[in-house]
Amino acid sequence: MGHGSGGRMSHDLIQRVFSAAFSNPALNQANDSARLTLPSGRIAVSTDCHIVAPLFFPGGDIGRLAVCGTVNDVAMSGAVPLYLTAGFILEEGLPIAVLERVVASMQAAAQEAGIQIVAGDTKVVEKGKADGLFITTAGVGWLPEGRQIGGELAAAGDQVLLSGPVGQHGMAVLAARGELGFQAEITSDVAPLNGLIQELLAAAPHTHVLRDPTRGGLATTLNEIAVQSQVSIRIDETAVPILPTVRTVCEMLGFDPLYVANEGKLIAIVPPEELPAALSALRAHPYGAQAAHIGTVQSQDPGRVLLRTQIGGTRLLDKLAGEMLPRIC
Amino acid sequence: MQFTAEFRDAALVHKGIEEIRRTVTRPWTLMEICGGQTHALLNTGLDEMLPPEIELVHGPGCPVCVTSLELIDKALAIAAQPNVIFTSYGDMLRVPGSHEDLFSLRARGAQVRVVYSPLDAVRIARENPDHQVVFFAIGFETTAPANAASLLQAHALGLKNYSLLVSHVCVPPAMHAILGSPTCRVQGFLAAGHVCAVMGYQEYLPIAEQYRVPMSVTGFEPLDLVQGILLTVRQLEAGTHEVQNAYSRAVTLQGNLGAQAIISRVFQPCDRNWRGIGPIPMSGWGLRPEWAAYDAEQRFSVAHIQTQESPICIAGQILQGLKKPPQCPAFGQQCTPETPLGATMVSSEGACAAYYRYGRSR
Repeated sequence: MGHGSGGRMSHDLIQRVFSAAFSNPALNQANDSARLTLPSGRIAVSTDCHIVAPLFFPGGDIGRLAVCGTVNDVAMSGAVPLYLTAGFILEEGLPIAVLERVVASMQAAAQEAGIQIVAGDTKVVEKGKADGLFITTAGVGWLPEGRQIGGELAAAGDQVLLSGPVGQHGMAVLAARGELGFQAEITSDVAPLNGLIQELLAAAPHTHVLRDPTRGGLATTLNEIAVQSQVSIRIDETAVPILPTVRTVCEMLGFDPLYVANEGKLIAIVPPEELPAALSALRAHPYGAQAAHIGTVQSQDPGRVLLRTQIGGTRLLDKLAGEMLPRIC
Repeated sequence: MQFTAEFRDAALVHKGIEEIRRTVTRPWTLMEICGGQTHALLNTGLDEMLPPEIELVHGPGCPVCVTSLELIDKALAIAAQPNVIFTSYGDMLRVPGSHEDLFSLRARGAQVRVVYSPLDAVRIARENPDHQVVFFAIGFETTAPANAASLLQAHALGLKNYSLLVSHVCVPPAMHAILGSPTCRVQGFLAAGHVCAVMGYQEYLPIAEQYRVPMSVTGFEPLDLVQGILLTVRQLEAGTHEVQNAYSRAVTLQGNLGAQAIISRVFQPCDRNWRGIGPIPMSGWGLRPEWAAYDAEQRFSVAHIQTQESPICIAGQILQGLKKPPQCPAFGQQCTPETPLGATMVSSEGACAAYYRYGRSR
């Protein structure tokens, strides 16, 4: 418990675990705040709290999630993510070795994303007052001159792209909890997408919308865009990539993969003339290798997402109501 | 997915719909018994692809929807007790009782756990010998074998802390209730494939004969549904009333005899109150007297439950095929999946939930 008191034990923890892993000039100043240099112009800021059980799951862990989640949120505005801060809430009794693994994973993700973790804080709470480890990250990115990307900018005629198969993260975490009664080889897709976005924007500079379909999945995020932009989005069910294992496990449990969380996918909405270039750029990057053109934006039925089903019918693709629950039979 | 992709083949589905179009000469009203079929029809958009002469009304085969309010209130009363771990299929958690649902109870600290199988509930009982573990045994004939097996397993393990809150219902008595009603509109049935996989379809033969109503045992994939509708429409057009099997890859005339044996070892027929519909004699299964020790209703004193149903909700008429969800004045207004007035708006097999979710507001 002494690790959170601010005294010598806290100092030891910071030195041993955090400074060692995250070492960079801004952090090493060891002042109350990090002083940073930004290119001139606008900045983008985002913050996100991360909780996940279990802390480690196939394809990732809470540390990678905490870095990628915020990097992606900053990058979805078209900004170039530069710096991150991290706050840790530790439950008393969490092994230092676990913390070290998580922190190493954060540093690896930060390196991959090309960003620096420049400030942080740690608090320890009594056993039972938290679930192992919670991490809050905040990110700052630089918005290049003239870049206009937002959920409100989808326009009739635009084309909808998805960077890869949906449903992996949510199903990987669920399977990792070991409550399903069967083994499923599903790996989380958690990844920093700023590199992919850079390639996309170089090829399709007039991209209107970038969003990552995290909680609530593809369907919920598309609904948010349809409402924000006051357009309808028509999705072709057969065009949405889904891995066979994810599809099978979802079918068994009564989940719809279109509502399952992703942590390494993006939706890009681009003007029609930039569709071919955008799709090629996504597919040329490892995180977009299975990118697909999944739908179009239309002006009628504003605020609605419509799905053309695999047998050629049409139905509403609504946002998720509440928690997804396994069905009875 | 292997073994299902073939039954979702767009070209075959279109061919089937064309065949229905060629066969039908006048309007017919068909009822799909099972809520899973209702959802499949709307989820695939098949409902809007059928010729306009075919009207599908939605049946009572949504176990969550027909579980009586009284039983849900009993479940809430049991789950609220200290030292109880209440286990249930996920669907039940959002179903409104008189005053609240199991979700809100869990948020206030009650130990309510979602299980994927009743055998998970037995495992929880084994791991928590100092707790009473109760499983909410709801469902039609489909879930009864597994629920019964959980009791037999608990018995074999000598567990004294496991019990079932039983609310099993059966399809044939509900069909009698629907067909015997003077307001019945149903001219043909799509019988529920999963139920028939367990029970077979022998017990439907006298119903078809008595009411002169044709039926097809029908599965849940688009091509299954098209096939079931086609066979039923052919019979209606020809004036016959047989029970045909359009789901032969899962269903036989006799059904699953092993599962039936487990059911009859644990359960016996009893009267059951159906939510929104009312009491139907000998329409359910309760525990046989020799298993009374596993009866949660007896283990916990929940006999004096006062229930209060929403006066606006028309779920009962919907479950009998008398009305469709958009005909309810509360549909999509006071009643939504976030603020449900009846179980049909929250169950994954509920007709109101399907209409709301898939945007069928007409």
